[in-house]
Amino acid sequence: MTEILRPATEWELKSIMGALIHREISVEVMGAGSKRSLGRPISAGSAITTSSLRGISLYEPTELVMSARAGTTVSQIEVELASRNQMLPFEPLDIAPMLGGQPGAQTIGGVFATNLSGARRISAGAARDHLIGARGVNGRAEIFKSGGRVMKNVTGYDVARGLAGSWGTLAVLTEVTFKVLPLPDDTATLVYFGLPDDIASELMCAATASPFEVSGTAHLSAALAARLRFEMPGAGAEAITAIRLENFAKSTAYRMDKLEAELKAYGAPARLDLERSLKLWGELKRLAVFPYGPSHIWRISTSPRAAPKLVASIRRHMPVETYYDWSGGLVWIETPASADGGAADIRRAIASHGGHATLIRAEEAVRSTVDVFQPLNPAIERLSKGIKEAFDPLGLLNPGRMYVGM
Amino acid sequence: MSLIELPKPDESVIARRAEIARDLAALTSPAAVISDEDGRRAFETDALTAYRRLPLAVVLPSSTEEVSRVLKYCHTHGIKVVARGAGTSLCGGALPAEDAVVVGVSKMSRVLDVDYEARWVRVEAGITNLAISGAVGSAGFFYAPDPSSQLACTLAGNLAMNSGGAHCLKYGVTTNNVLGVRMVLMTGEVVDIGGPHLDSEGYDLLALVVGSEGQFGIVTEATVRILRQAEGARPMLLGFESAAKAAICVARIIASGIIPVAIEFMDKPAIEVCEAFAKAGYPLDAEALLIIEVEGSEEEISDRLAYIATIAADLSPTSMTVAESPEQAARIWKGRKSAFGAIGRLADYYCMDGTIPLGSLAHVLQEISAICDRHGLKVANIFHAGDGNLHPLIMYDANTPGETEKAEAAGADILRLCVAVGGCLTGEHGVGIEKRDLMREQFNDEDLAVQVRLKSVFDPGWLLNPAKVFPLDARQAVDRPEPQGSRSVAA
Repeated sequence: MTEILRPATEWELKSIMGALIHREISVEVMGAGSKRSLGRPISAGSAITTSSLRGISLYEPTELVMSARAGTTVSQIEVELASRNQMLPFEPLDIAPMLGGQPGAQTIGGVFATNLSGARRISAGAARDHLIGARGVNGRAEIFKSGGRVMKNVTGYDVARGLAGSWGTLAVLTEVTFKVLPLPDDTATLVYFGLPDDIASELMCAATASPFEVSGTAHLSAALAARLRFEMPGAGAEAITAIRLENFAKSTAYRMDKLEAELKAYGAPARLDLERSLKLWGELKRLAVFPYGPSHIWRISTSPRAAPKLVASIRRHMPVETYYDWSGGLVWIETPASADGGAADIRRAIASHGGHATLIRAEEAVRSTVDVFQPLNPAIERLSKGIKEAFDPLGLLNPGRMYVGM
Repeated sequence: MSLIELPKPDESVIARRAEIARDLAALTSPAAVISDEDGRRAFETDALTAYRRLPLAVVLPSSTEEVSRVLKYCHTHGIKVVARGAGTSLCGGALPAEDAVVVGVSKMSRVLDVDYEARWVRVEAGITNLAISGAVGSAGFFYAPDPSSQLACTLAGNLAMNSGGAHCLKYGVTTNNVLGVRMVLMTGEVVDIGGPHLDSEGYDLLALVVGSEGQFGIVTEATVRILRQAEGARPMLLGFESAAKAAICVARIIASGIIPVAIEFMDKPAIEVCEAFAKAGYPLDAEALLIIEVEGSEEEISDRLAYIATIAADLSPTSMTVAESPEQAARIWKGRKSAFGAIGRLADYYCMDGTIPLGSLAHVLQEISAICDRHGLKVANIFHAGDGNLHPLIMYDANTPGETEKAEAAGADILRLCVAVGGCLTGEHGVGIEKRDLMREQFNDEDLAVQVRLKSVFDPGWLLNPAKVFPLDARQAVDRPEPQGSRSVAA
């Protein structure tokens, strides 16, 4: 096991990077390492964690902006925000428990580096939408910054946002600046029971396209719904479809009534109050419906109305359990463990229905043989390799984590 | 008269104008190519009218395939290209060059596909910003970014500049509302980036392309998010005796947990001009005016506005008016959206676009007045207060020798001030030629190098929209030896 280097300052990181460049030693980049088992397996000559680059460096609640060093834990940030009645709008997922790790460990740098956004993505935007500034050290040992602390900023190219979702392959983030929002005064949820996927998808789209600012939609297959740990009023052994409203209490009450009336064709929903709503959406944020285990988990991004067909075509080849998020635009799929994780059938279904798929959980042997991230078309691949080379010409940072040779 | 240096054009390219125009016509259609001087004159500038350059030729293609053929031809022959939407750039982003072909996308303005369930629309990039909302409005949807020029400006230009607008406090800017683009690279290769889904595979190329000021490729189609219109919306007007009080009011509203859909600020000179133009009922006795709009049902709107009124009341506003009819609301917004035009009737103006942290608003406004006083110029301030995006309008007389230079110098001082307080040079207009030479105020050499290398990835020959965004020597500064062990990334 390689020793993990823990630079405590940006300059220390720069000097480590300089030394690695000098000796052409590749490096695994991580925050808390909570998503270390996601992606193609890396064999790097060294490892760096940002976990010693800690602390909130700027918080202006009246300007809805915060800056934090990359290794600051998300839990610390959420506590600080909550103390001023604010939150991370994009509801970062905590997938560590699903991967066998501890909840609450992930760093804010890791969240932006992986751009894994939660249910509120449909109304508030993704992690990348809230990233307004970043500092980092690239594979040339250059300290650079992009963006800043103001929300509207088009000075130069949007490099900071471009680093979101690059999984540490372009640069080691040292500090991120992001937009925050007030915590909603109230949260309420409508829950429908026993809807088949295509009807649930229709319902979620109709809800999202209403004027009532739906901030989350989820559809769980019966088996996944049964794994929820809190007691859902009215639930039987059937699929559930949940629609979330967040607003001032008076507004959620009004909007629940309006929404229920508009969606009455889909049946009579149960209503979850604030406390129950927070429990449900909290479990979904931690992906608690996928406890740690040997099954494989895929994350599929597609057009909402294509999702049920896509799932049906995968289901013809293997048993799957599904959690639809983002009104169906995101589907988490659990498949039984198999030699290729179902990759061939899933990629074929993607090719005919559109979208892309990422293998989120599988043992190392599987992740080293199948494409973990969606294969890129040749033009995008060439541009992506160009970008990789611009940041990291020696290919030292997280080599091969996303794609071979990148 | 101008302070901004523009490179000397390549005379050998200009000498081949007739031949190039002929070739371009063969690749598109004769009607799509403009090469006579009068015709080219119509394209010699954008909304930064102090700078004018007659383009080599203008092509107005009708399809992605035509754009691809034109770019491939220009790439092969080493001819520079300036992409153009409606030419409303305030920073010279669409300024032509004498040795460059202007490729205008304005003929490509169709709506290609609408999906109300998944809430997106796919359009050709030459469509105007307002026409997108127009196409989906009857179904109750709209496209959120709303720059003041939305009647004329194209989505292509919005994508190039990552444009904002009055309502981005709630809905974000262009980059937050785009899902995918079809883009033609300088080589003529057509690439599809993103699509109708909510996140992208691999690197976030879309994040890099949006805001790249036409330097990465020419976007011919885009898939953008559309949103359902709120049940209703209504603005209120709050007058204050000082800018400082208005700024405190904005901070307190946001801290209270309310995010209005828009918070606009005007100072006294702006109020006077806009009121004379729009008769919107703006308070003429106020030193600072806030236009605050909230959305929702009738009852929600009344509740929210009443709550905002109680916050404002602690600051003793000089006036407080809620729009009582849709007509009055429309007049209030008309005044704001036509502000630049109204001031333009009084004087030439130079519109700045820095963003500042809201906390330094009062200080910055004072300093802006002091800067303009020092240069002997008047200034009016109209801007998006919710996000700190300032638009000082420096008034001058272009016919008085030396005034243009004075206005530019005052503008540069204002932008340095914005950077000094922790803000940035441009919030939504872009860098273009205007702020090119100020980039080193905000970025050091390494920051710039990261961006310069990205430009080289998409356009290795630097043929697209040349001499913009970066100081003219920025590229040379980066072309230095690679780090030790120049083994490149395995292919």
